[in-house]
Amino acid sequence: MNALDGKANYFPYLLLLPALALTLFIVAWPLAETFRLSFTNSSLNPVEEYVGFKNYIKIFGGKFPAVIVRTFYWMFISVTLKMLVGVAGAMLLNCAVPGRNLFRVLIMPPWIVPIAIGVFIWSWMYNGQFGMISGIGQWLGILAGPFEFLAFRNSSFYATIVTDVWVGTPLVTIYLLAAMQSVPGDLHEAAWTDGASRFYRFRRITLPLIMPAVATMGLLSAIWTFNSFDIIWILTEGGPRGSTTTMIIDTYKTAIARNKYGEGAARAVMIVIFLSSFAAFYFYMLTRFAKRAMNNGGETS
Amino acid sequence: MINKYKWYEYILIYAGIALFVAFMLAPFLEAFLVSMRPLSEIFTIPYAFLTDNMSFDAYFDMWRNVPRLHIYIMNSFFIATAVTIIALICVIPAAWGFARFEFKGRDAILGAFLAINMVGGTVLIITLYKLMQKLGFLNTYWAMIIPGAAFSIPTGIWLMRSYLMKIPKSLEEAAWVDGASRLYILRRIILPIAMPGIIVVAIATFIGAYAQQFLFALTFNSQDSLNPLPVGIYQFFGRQEIIWNELMAASLVGILPVLIIYIFLQRYIVAGLTAGAVKE
Repeated sequence: MNALDGKANYFPYLLLLPALALTLFIVAWPLAETFRLSFTNSSLNPVEEYVGFKNYIKIFGGKFPAVIVRTFYWMFISVTLKMLVGVAGAMLLNCAVPGRNLFRVLIMPPWIVPIAIGVFIWSWMYNGQFGMISGIGQWLGILAGPFEFLAFRNSSFYATIVTDVWVGTPLVTIYLLAAMQSVPGDLHEAAWTDGASRFYRFRRITLPLIMPAVATMGLLSAIWTFNSFDIIWILTEGGPRGSTTTMIIDTYKTAIARNKYGEGAARAVMIVIFLSSFAAFYFYMLTRFAKRAMNNGGETS
Repeated sequence: MINKYKWYEYILIYAGIALFVAFMLAPFLEAFLVSMRPLSEIFTIPYAFLTDNMSFDAYFDMWRNVPRLHIYIMNSFFIATAVTIIALICVIPAAWGFARFEFKGRDAILGAFLAINMVGGTVLIITLYKLMQKLGFLNTYWAMIIPGAAFSIPTGIWLMRSYLMKIPKSLEEAAWVDGASRLYILRRIILPIAMPGIIVVAIATFIGAYAQQFLFALTFNSQDSLNPLPVGIYQFFGRQEIIWNELMAASLVGILPVLIIYIFLQRYIVAGLTAGAVKE
């Protein structure tokens, strides 16, 4: 809007002022301060000294490398499952069958309700003696007796993943469904007239056109899963014996539960470094898709 | 026709959908069943979907055993509403600026806002805690509202900006030529025209703020009368004797308001969630 630009070039900055001020105050400054704290021995003790890379050396000499590996493993399984269930769910809900609008409404509640409340319900469901999952498992003969899902290292690791998938899948599904519905119907009709099977049309028309949405959602989902706190904290608080301690849980425990701010900040900085690389990849992908969309727009009608 | 399925395809599709919906809704069904059982029947072996003496008693007794339940629910609403209002005050002008004006550093600032989206509150929890302490916000509503609002700004700007960019700018230009001031244009032209978009952003922000009230309240607040629903109920979990039927009843009553909002406004909510899937 050049006419509106006029002389007063400061006006757009004025519009940004409230958003910028709040963001600088609550996000940017704390981020910078976290970097600074990671080089100090900050704790409840009011005296704070710079200790160089001591915190980093300490955490990398301890259990932290194992925590990093576990975090990526947890995230990888969770995101893969979310994407698989999400793509399958979106395909099903995209079918022109009676009642599909109702089904679309029915799959969203896990995402809509407060995450913590959904997880409270799951913590009951994982109960070995009286919970639904152990009960059905025994009824089907899969489990020999009551199984306490959150009491063992392996089972609690996968139990937290299942709950995370439950919370995250609705958004993935509804997002991919929107992408599928934006595929022009005449493409399908033309292919159908030529005798292309349904599977062939999905593979050669739908799938290529929704690939950008799948990639975008996969990466966003990875970032959110990496940041996941509520689910693990409520179900296991990182236990038993550290089996569900991800980087986020480890940071929170060190800093808030044990008041070791400096060491906690060093962990947080490592998280930020990983997240930044995801973010860089995300922006790279966005710009690539934008360019490709422009090129396609030029050559097809 | 193209979308006609054979009978076995119908069976496969419905079976798949049924499985999917069951996974998404089973926990709610289980919570409802538990809330209906008397405490003695909850701890029955083997597991049974339906037990004897099912009743709505827990829905009456919970107000006694979770005495502040109604306060938690009101706190949740209050916090989510305040977050939404503050976020809108920041988002609407900023999105208009990004959508309509050319200025130095525009793309870089927009990119920086989006990058914030990648950093969750937990990563910054240490310095946020110290900041809240310094400002005297610990154990007040502010410590739960201000961070919540800040973290919801980026998504809000992104949604609002893409909505504003679809509105033709001829109206604004005509008003400008007629001598209207910029603030007048924002108030009298942009706000009314963009109302559907603003509603989408407001609902998305509200739902998000209602859903994510755990971390900040857990960390920054230790005054029970200010707790939102999730943390209010969470306190009952560490206890020796968990009154499961009443906690499930309380949880269901606590999520009922958002579910009702969702059922009535689901078109707007889905529009907010899926913006970006179709274009960009």
